[in-house]
Amino acid sequence: MSASKEKYTEVQYLEVDQYQPKTRTGRITNYVDTRVGGTGMVREFGRKVFPDHWTFMFGEVALYSFIITVLSGAFLTFWFDPSMSTTRYSGSYAPLQGLEMSMAYATALELSFDVRGGLFMRQLHHWAALLFVLAMSVHMLRVFFTGAFRKPRELNWVVGSALLILGLGAGFTGYSLPDEVLSGNGLRIIDGMLKAIPVVGTYISFFLFGGEFPGNEVIPRLYTLHIFIIPALILILIAVHLFMVVTHKHTQYPGPGRTERNVVGYPIGPVYAAKAGGFFFIVLGILCLIAGTFQINALWNYGPYDPSPVQAGAQPDWYIGPFEGVLRLMPGYLGPIPLEFNIPTPWGGNSVATPVLIPMIPVALIFLGMFIWPWIEAWITGDKKEHHLLDRPRNAPTRTAFGAAVMTNYLIMWGMGSNDLIATHFGLSLNDITYWSRVLFFLGPVIAYILTKRICLALQRKDREVALHGHEAGVIEVSPEGGFSEKHKLPSEYEFWTLVSYEAPEPSGPKTNAKGKVTRTEKLRARLNRMWFEDRVEPVTREEYLEALEHHGHDDHSEGLEAAQSRGAIEQH
Amino acid sequence: MAEHGNGDTGAVVTTGEGASSSYAIDNPGLPPHRPRLADVDEKYAKRSERQVAVLFLISIIGTVLFFVGYFAVARMDAFDDYFEGMTALRVQNTLLGVGSALAMLGIGLGVVHWARTLMPDHEVVEDRKPLRTEAHRAEAEKIVTEVIDETQIKRRPLLRNTLIAAALLAPLPALVLFRDLDRSEDFGVERMRHSLWGEGVRLVRDPVGTPIRASDLTIGSAMHVIPETLREIPGHGTRLAEKAKSVVLLMRMHPDDFGEQISGREDWTHQGIIACSKVCTHVGCPVALYERHTHHLLCPCHQSTFDAAENFKVVFGPAGRPLPQLPISVDEEGFLIATSDFTEPVGPTYWERGHTDPEGDYPA
Ligand code: FES
Repeated sequence: MSASKEKYTEVQYLEVDQYQPKTRTGRITNYVDTRVGGTGMVREFGRKVFPDHWTFMFGEVALYSFIITVLSGAFLTFWFDPSMSTTRYSGSYAPLQGLEMSMAYATALELSFDVRGGLFMRQLHHWAALLFVLAMSVHMLRVFFTGAFRKPRELNWVVGSALLILGLGAGFTGYSLPDEVLSGNGLRIIDGMLKAIPVVGTYISFFLFGGEFPGNEVIPRLYTLHIFIIPALILILIAVHLFMVVTHKHTQYPGPGRTERNVVGYPIGPVYAAKAGGFFFIVLGILCLIAGTFQINALWNYGPYDPSPVQAGAQPDWYIGPFEGVLRLMPGYLGPIPLEFNIPTPWGGNSVATPVLIPMIPVALIFLGMFIWPWIEAWITGDKKEHHLLDRPRNAPTRTAFGAAVMTNYLIMWGMGSNDLIATHFGLSLNDITYWSRVLFFLGPVIAYILTKRICLALQRKDREVALHGHEAGVIEVSPEGGFSEKHKLPSEYEFWTLVSYEAPEPSGPKTNAKGKVTRTEKLRARLNRMWFEDRVEPVTREEYLEALEHHGHDDHSEGLEAAQSRGAIEQH
Repeated sequence: MAEHGNGDTGAVVTTGEGASSSYAIDNPGLPPHRPRLADVDEKYAKRSERQVAVLFLISIIGTVLFFVGYFAVARMDAFDDYFEGMTALRVQNTLLGVGSALAMLGIGLGVVHWARTLMPDHEVVEDRKPLRTEAHRAEAEKIVTEVIDETQIKRRPLLRNTLIAAALLAPLPALVLFRDLDRSEDFGVERMRHSLWGEGVRLVRDPVGTPIRASDLTIGSAMHVIPETLREIPGHGTRLAEKAKSVVLLMRMHPDDFGEQISGREDWTHQGIIACSKVCTHVGCPVALYERHTHHLLCPCHQSTFDAAENFKVVFGPAGRPLPQLPISVDEEGFLIATSDFTEPVGPTYWERGHTDPEGDYPA
């Protein structure tokens, strides 16, 4: 196959044996290199450039909190026994002594009370897991609102979305392990939701619980998922994710000196590595501090799982909120009419649990939409170009507005997950909150869309204003004629560049296909495209810029601007 | 790659690069680098050095603090009084947390401060390589075509079709292997239709198991109840599964408070005492809260509200059905008993629920 590749010469082979490194570092490098070929890595990564911006931190936080979760979780496995066989509790926590409970709960209590540092590690594990999901979510929002998911990074966005879902899965399976009242009721809700699935739901529930809820099986099964299958998948996907980040090189915000063709930032060695490495310890330190001072999931308060008691006002982990909330939003009856119904079948009828199934639709849509969004957007905008420069969110008003709308929808579901706490805390009627939230569920996103779009356009206009007329310097001048005017300070050419270097295409009409026809989907696309681009603030043009320069005269020029002017002038010739 | 600055740098951006010529000005290139204090004055550099060292020292102190927390505070089992034990645990947990936090933050903040103040802060420009070149793509395409050709799969459709059929079938055994995830003997949904309740089964208090007389309940009070036969079930898991179907809420209302009862249920109550399944018909949480003035039952999970006076109909929330009512009476000794099982499956709706009584075992 590789006939085209040249053959290596004898000298090259000999060179390997004869190379004499001179420094100590050289000797170590040589040793590694002759065995595993490490210099290629060092040459590739040693000075690789990473752009620096505080919003690029969230992905890092997610990675670090995942590592911390894995390490603290491994510690917990040495004591925790995920078994549902029964025991009588005889540990140090007096109020529960003598109670019948599963080994899972008993060993979780043992970890908390009879293993020094066990409580600390449990809390560290829990807080780190919460941070993991939070950091992933914020990271994804950052990627979304800056358009970093666009070509060529669409697949990495998909990997990221899968990681988020796996993170939720890891969280929920972990939450269910201690087998106390709180987690048991969480499982009970899962059981109820599974049973609502038409045709196969009841059996899925049987298979998960090994029979009827709660059975003897579910905890060890969740344990396998929680400590092996899900973390393994997460690890693999993280590897793929980072590999792709390296292949694509990181995106960067637009700014002077930054183009689609370069990366501006700090080299890995030493600055970036030091900052990133140090940052790991900062994340770990903060989590330790929280784990040491804020109690989370005090599972000794709940008692062993029993189908009868329930904790009022108990809060699930934060990321479960929207799922819980959307279930609460859904009415079971419309007036006197039940939404649940039976399909009459020859064998006696099947039940459709509509009030449980319908709330799954918005959640499923949001997650599905997340996966395919890069392609939807590219289809609407017709943008097939590669993008390495990020959008400032204001410069993509429609995307930003759409994202805000979806977020609003999600947040309303999330808020509904705590409506009982909101009600008791603010002394409001629970039912009123729910009624209003039902309205807001539909209205909120529309308002958010319109508002956000207006705000983006206003910010863009402000940018234009500043680019052409400068910042208000806060100095009032009196002209010889007695007029007052505020002195304006023109931006430097660097700032100017950031303000004007964006694109705002006009809507493009429907295109004909190969047969010369405009298909129906193309018409839809054109309509969406119009929605996407019709409200636009045009970037400052060269003519406007030169005109503005004239207008301002020469006395209040900043030096940078003069330089820019000469540059612009040169361009004119 | 080149460091930027004012001299000969790679940061100067030429026209045409990244389509910058369409903007109002050309990309001006990186702003000039401003040296930090520590770059120009060794005094400031020394100060940074000291600050970093102090942070590292704080980390050492943090580690010591951790050890103090670990070894100097006794474990909980050393205390006779568990309140003291809990306090000790709290102190220990805080010391471990604060100690390790200082240990980690000292290192982290120290290294970051070091990187920010002393390591070079020149931004560097690196070119992006095009992800692939035309020649490479063509070569890859050629290799793939050759590989496919060599397998002859296109020329021999019989091979292809049988392979597809085999590949579709082969994973099925892996799926079937999971059949025994359900460990119960009587596979199927019938078991969901029955609970431990039945004619003559006594209502007893949960969890103590003492039987109940009508006089034990005052008007407005409520009680959590299980069937007397529950404790005979061997095995914790099985017992919980049975309990999950048979938990009952018992309450006593003023007889005048009852709304119109569904016909056939007239004798399901006893002196204003009425019983219902505690398992929410939404997704199965225990309906635990009884509000005596309104006779409302509230499920704390998603706030479905049922009216005990109106056949447990849903007055608010996502539940799609009333709670099943348990018919009750008293035996010769005056203890409350059930007069039959529930007349419908309890708990959340499932697909097969609509089957009308295939075994004919529900009372009419
Ligand atoms: S389980 Fe009772 S309201 Fe959802």
